[in-house]
Amino acid sequence: MSGTHGTETTAGPVEGHVPPEATSATGEAGDNSAGMAAVTRVARATLSPNGVIDDPTELRTYECDGLAHYRVTPALVALPETTEQLAAVVRACSEHRVPFVARGSGTGLSGGALPRADGVLIVTSRMRTIREIRREDQRAVVDPGVINLDVTRAATPEGYYYAPDPSSQQICSIGGNLAENSGGAHCLKYGFTSNHVLGAELVTPQGDIVQLGGLAPDAPGYDLLGTVVGSEGTLGIATTTTVRLVRLPEEVRTLLAGFRSTDEAGAATSAIISAGVLPAAIEMMDALAIEAAEAAVHCNYPAGAGAVLVIELDGASAEVEHEYAQVERFCTENGAFELRLATDPAERALIWKGRKSAFAAVGRISPDYIVQDGVIPRTALPEVLRAIAALSSSSGVRVANVFHAGDGNLHPLVLFDDARPGAGRAAEEVSGAILDLCISHGGAITGEHGVGVDKAAYMPKMFTDDDLDTMQMVRCAFDPDNISNPGKVFPTPRLCGEVPGKRKHAHPLVEAGLADAF
Amino acid sequence: MAEQSGQTRVQQNEPQADPQKAGALSHGPVPLDGSALRSAFDDEHPPSAELISDCVHCGFCLPTCPTYTLWGEEMDSPRGRIDLMKAGLQGAPMTGTMVQHFDACLGCMACVTACPSGVQYDKLIEATRVQVERHHDRRPGDRALRAAIFALFPHKKRLRALRGPLRAYQASGLPRVVRGSGLLERLAPKLAAMEGLAPPLEKREKLPTRVSAVGTRRAVVGLLTGCVQGEFFPGVNAATARVLAAEGCDVVIPRKQGCCGALSVHNGRQVEAEKFARATIDAFEAAGVQTVVVNAAGCGSSMKEYAEVLADDPAYAERARAFAASVRDVSELLTELGTVAERHPLEVTVAYHDACHLAHAQGVRAQPRTLLREIPGLRLKEIAEAEICCGSAGIWNILNPEPARELGDRKARNIAATGAEVLVTANPGCLMQVSSSLQRQGTRIGLAHTIEVLDASIRGLPVSTLGPQH
Repeated sequence: MSGTHGTETTAGPVEGHVPPEATSATGEAGDNSAGMAAVTRVARATLSPNGVIDDPTELRTYECDGLAHYRVTPALVALPETTEQLAAVVRACSEHRVPFVARGSGTGLSGGALPRADGVLIVTSRMRTIREIRREDQRAVVDPGVINLDVTRAATPEGYYYAPDPSSQQICSIGGNLAENSGGAHCLKYGFTSNHVLGAELVTPQGDIVQLGGLAPDAPGYDLLGTVVGSEGTLGIATTTTVRLVRLPEEVRTLLAGFRSTDEAGAATSAIISAGVLPAAIEMMDALAIEAAEAAVHCNYPAGAGAVLVIELDGASAEVEHEYAQVERFCTENGAFELRLATDPAERALIWKGRKSAFAAVGRISPDYIVQDGVIPRTALPEVLRAIAALSSSSGVRVANVFHAGDGNLHPLVLFDDARPGAGRAAEEVSGAILDLCISHGGAITGEHGVGVDKAAYMPKMFTDDDLDTMQMVRCAFDPDNISNPGKVFPTPRLCGEVPGKRKHAHPLVEAGLADAF
Repeated sequence: MAEQSGQTRVQQNEPQADPQKAGALSHGPVPLDGSALRSAFDDEHPPSAELISDCVHCGFCLPTCPTYTLWGEEMDSPRGRIDLMKAGLQGAPMTGTMVQHFDACLGCMACVTACPSGVQYDKLIEATRVQVERHHDRRPGDRALRAAIFALFPHKKRLRALRGPLRAYQASGLPRVVRGSGLLERLAPKLAAMEGLAPPLEKREKLPTRVSAVGTRRAVVGLLTGCVQGEFFPGVNAATARVLAAEGCDVVIPRKQGCCGALSVHNGRQVEAEKFARATIDAFEAAGVQTVVVNAAGCGSSMKEYAEVLADDPAYAERARAFAASVRDVSELLTELGTVAERHPLEVTVAYHDACHLAHAQGVRAQPRTLLREIPGLRLKEIAEAEICCGSAGIWNILNPEPARELGDRKARNIAATGAEVLVTANPGCLMQVSSSLQRQGTRIGLAHTIEVLDASIRGLPVSTLGPQH
């Protein structure tokens, strides 16, 4: 496997192996075989004949999502076509205490959809109906398996689009976007998925179908929808979802600016933002990332650039015109040696193609790599980039940088060749050190890829025990049996009913070796 | 990580550079339920572990994969099939289930275009198909149908023998009765698929062995006439020869040429494919041409692969490389030469359909569009979801009639939505498949090969010559 999207936790024993935390997250097959058999019977009775997969060869194709570093074959895959079918499977899981994991298109980069060997993988890829495009109130109602870009395609004839645009928008699903609170290049101006989900039908971990939010904004009471968005499948499975549509801008200008260094490009970014200009996107790629994108999609970025910025302005023509003049000036003042404005949709698409293919394209210049996803305050950008460069040169591990410069969401790509002994280990150390850098600069361990199984061990670095216990209490309120995507987000499966604080005795499940406590 | 038992298989990363040393093969066997089953692949060119390791599992291939689009299942997607190949390399047996997912692949190669990591899925699936043909016992019905297809399609004389009865059948009014009754579909859906695909036959135009350039000679080229193209769409070959001559090419049409082997190459029938490749190379070497021009997308793509097909044959390996390098799609050659013949106006709106084996397999997308745009008065429309296969895929539509029909109908809806008067494409398979879907849908639209449109323009023929054919 070449693209190792994602890091291993520092606790991981040897490169390529799943750390103990993750292993406890994956479950052991056969722990609850009677329960599994019962769930399989329900699935067979409820779903269409080809909606239940238990052939060992076929199950293998579901063993990982976009983070191919971790692989676990599920005991069963269910492909429901309706919310009722999905809820029936979840209900059976609840009744028999069988863990389940939801999966959309399987493109996540934190292992959020890593299956359980003792559980069911519930895949929403057949729930892909766009139910409504409501032009009059700027809403779309879609099923969870609907592909992000398809919402935009359906809304475009009406003059609207769906704003959150992860790089995988051509294939990632709305359900997965909701679970991970996905971002994308245009989040700078338009916000994350949480800003665009207005309502969702949720199948609770007990298999009940409940409605959160709706067409009207700001329902009274606790913001349960806000709690569920970004909960990485630990609070249930969102099905039919109502999302906000955004009016297509009158004008879009996409500018590609070539700089000698990331310092210059970073300075230009700061200058633009501090002048009060809010572009739809400001993306940065460094020389190595440019090299990879060129190899993959021949995007024809400025030759010899140490960094490029992709800056997109959108809105009313007069406003775009005015802002463009400022952006151009800030780029030139900060050392841009080439400015290229896309003159037609094809040129604009090519500029974006270079950026959006960058992760997978890195596979062309390195056999293996780790995609990091850290966030820092924008002002710390030049300093953190220099520190990353220093880490890279002291360790000899190459790091390519692709990121959302506008909002300080870094995606360092740590390159290595796993065939070289120790290379994987060295890459993981650099990758971990980058996260430490982000935390020490007041940032966070993930911007948009989620914690999943990949970063669970980093949570205690960011949060106190009290913080984590509070999160656990929220989780337990939704899922007291700990069956909804267990083992993700939190470093160990803290058990519901455990009292935070000192414990006198080990929990019975811990004593039985079925769970760990931290 | 301790080696885990049962279904918990948390696997190690795979090294890249030296698959022999530590690659997919060294992963240890997949649990085989205790029985000593043989692993899926033998050692003779199994799908390459190194090429498999290029896949980063990003999923960008999924939305362009016709079977994933239809069924939404991982194992019927490119990355899922790559997972299955990997399982095979690690010792999993070649079960009927596994083969079913390899067979379901149309080989359209849209995933190759979509892949940002440069995975060479085309090479992987072709190597896999050869292994499937070697090791998998198909059910008698399937075996018989495949045998019949390969006894017929790659053989011009047999196809020609079929023309008489087929024309008589088409002239008799029986097709309407047969299709209207739905009887054939119930009794034998695969036979019904073949019946529905047969195009209304044109008169055969016999081509000379040499057509001389009009005006200054700019090139000497050989022309592959193909089997299905030659017998079912003979007008396309005649038009190709006329256009090439008008553009200053001496066109040599070797009598001895046969099937190029495309269907065999794309279906894992290696020995047969090698035989056809050698014969084709012999025929064109004897003709003494520097360039071999093809007007069928599937044929062109397989002829460009001859170097791989004959890599193990010392007598042909080098010649196959040289031959493959000399192959051009007719639209490629014309744009390389630069067109000189005068174009007469054609006031018509056409939709251009990318044949998968032209666009995805050969990367030829711009050239046909450039040539069409050179025609005064012609308006060119793009078809939505252009990257998704129409479901023809060589013989896939005969072997998988129901999903093929779904894909064909989806394509036909997108074509109808363009409002074009003529659909233009460059592959006989696509023409047959799309025409049968358009007909079912009740859309009246002209069907033409790119070269027929150019021919009409150069000769100043009226648009009606490209008009609705049904």
